[in-house]
Amino acid sequence: MRPSGRKVTTMSDSKLTATPGQTVGPFYGYALPYEKDGELLAPGSPGSIRLQGTVYDGAGHPVPDALLEIWQPDAEGEIVQRTGSLVRDGYTFTGWGRSSVGYSGVYTFTTVNPGPTKPGAAPFIAVAVFARGLMNRLFTRIYLPENQEALAADPLLSSLDPDRRQTLIARRDPDGGLTWDVRLQGEGETVFLDFDGGAAGKESR
Amino acid sequence: MPENFKAETYNADSLTEDLSDAAEVPPKAATPRVETQADLSAELKAIGDAYAAKLRSGDAPEIQPRLDFAPYRSSILRHPTKSLHHADPETIELYSPAFGHQDVHALESDLTIQHNGEPQGERIIVAGRVLDGDGRPVAGQLVEIWQANASGRYIHKRDQHPAPIDPQFTGVGRCITGPDGSYRFITIKPGAYPWKNHLNAWRPAHIHFSLFGSEFTQRIVTQMYFPGDQLFPLDPIYQSIVDQDARDRLVANYDHELTEPEWALGYNWDIVLTGSKRTWTENEALGAEGDHHE
Repeated sequence: MRPSGRKVTTMSDSKLTATPGQTVGPFYGYALPYEKDGELLAPGSPGSIRLQGTVYDGAGHPVPDALLEIWQPDAEGEIVQRTGSLVRDGYTFTGWGRSSVGYSGVYTFTTVNPGPTKPGAAPFIAVAVFARGLMNRLFTRIYLPENQEALAADPLLSSLDPDRRQTLIARRDPDGGLTWDVRLQGEGETVFLDFDGGAAGKESR
Repeated sequence: MPENFKAETYNADSLTEDLSDAAEVPPKAATPRVETQADLSAELKAIGDAYAAKLRSGDAPEIQPRLDFAPYRSSILRHPTKSLHHADPETIELYSPAFGHQDVHALESDLTIQHNGEPQGERIIVAGRVLDGDGRPVAGQLVEIWQANASGRYIHKRDQHPAPIDPQFTGVGRCITGPDGSYRFITIKPGAYPWKNHLNAWRPAHIHFSLFGSEFTQRIVTQMYFPGDQLFPLDPIYQSIVDQDARDRLVANYDHELTEPEWALGYNWDIVLTGSKRTWTENEALGAEGDHHE
């Protein structure tokens, strides 16, 4: 263990204790957003869809200072390991994007429908949510609404009550896009995920 | 108290924030009463005492901030009320986006050369390593930072703190970690800044850090603090981590070995991400992913 808790002096420890998270605060505007941050593909390019939604607080009001990140496989279900997310060339699909919400709490991405990463698996987009007033980032997922069989067989979705399960499934828009809202608290509260469980999960409550 | 003091603007978060997200502060006084640091400190003490009792009764230490932490008023309506749902990370979550030198220029790690002149303030070097929970270096990954200037002022339209903007300082930097997980920034020591969580609320000086690991599950955003800050006991954001050992993990060490003569003071801060969930190949364990530092 680290005696002072600050400088990590040994590499041989099998387990180090994770550094705590903190809120992203209100003043990330010049740091985290960047040009084309939410455009995993150029809008209007073949196969591109709009993914959008609103982030709500526990009073049902839009949260005007939240930021979402998505990370997803390509349309064929391949996990891409290409650089270039921060300086997009307009052609390379990197699978990752960032979108800060506007005054009305709405985020927007241009992306593709993710493909299944394994045959028969329910495709999903991994999401991290950040906001002023949110003490630590939250993880969640966006599933595509099609293929009920795959959704029913999904390990995560099938472990949830039907009403909570629905919070992770996007709606298909008439233009082929996806709409998925984040409810941080209250009625229809989005299911947020803990990947650590056990000792670490206890702490994050 | 300044003459233009307006009670109704307190108990909100950023300096021009309205009160809509702080409306349900219990107990609700019939007539608006300005919450003072003494009120907040009493709340913080009660939470701290309750946590100390839990530790004494054998509970495991809490290593992350509490999401439900009412002394930070803006968290009241922004924390999930249901417990986080345990999930085994799958496929995409076991990988991380790749960043490289196409994404970040080497000079972006120096926050003092982004304008035509030198920023005001105390020049500092902040350096350390990013490791995963198994002690492996996180190589070739993106680190982003942002901070207030030496006067405690952010470049942000909603920061109305009447302290000077420094035209030579934006307060934003990025770098890609080296093969050993190392990062290094040159910047200015940020000032403390006032906010409107309650009357006379001041944030300890801090630098915001955004980090990626080798897996999406390791993604964190956090804040680095400076040693010995007298505002630590008063700050509900720092105190949202109730465990002192866990708080200490956010505090850099002054490091004279990092300090450069007649140039800048050095602070060391190592960051540990959560443990890996994936079965690693030897190449990945050596940091061969992505387009990392030479």
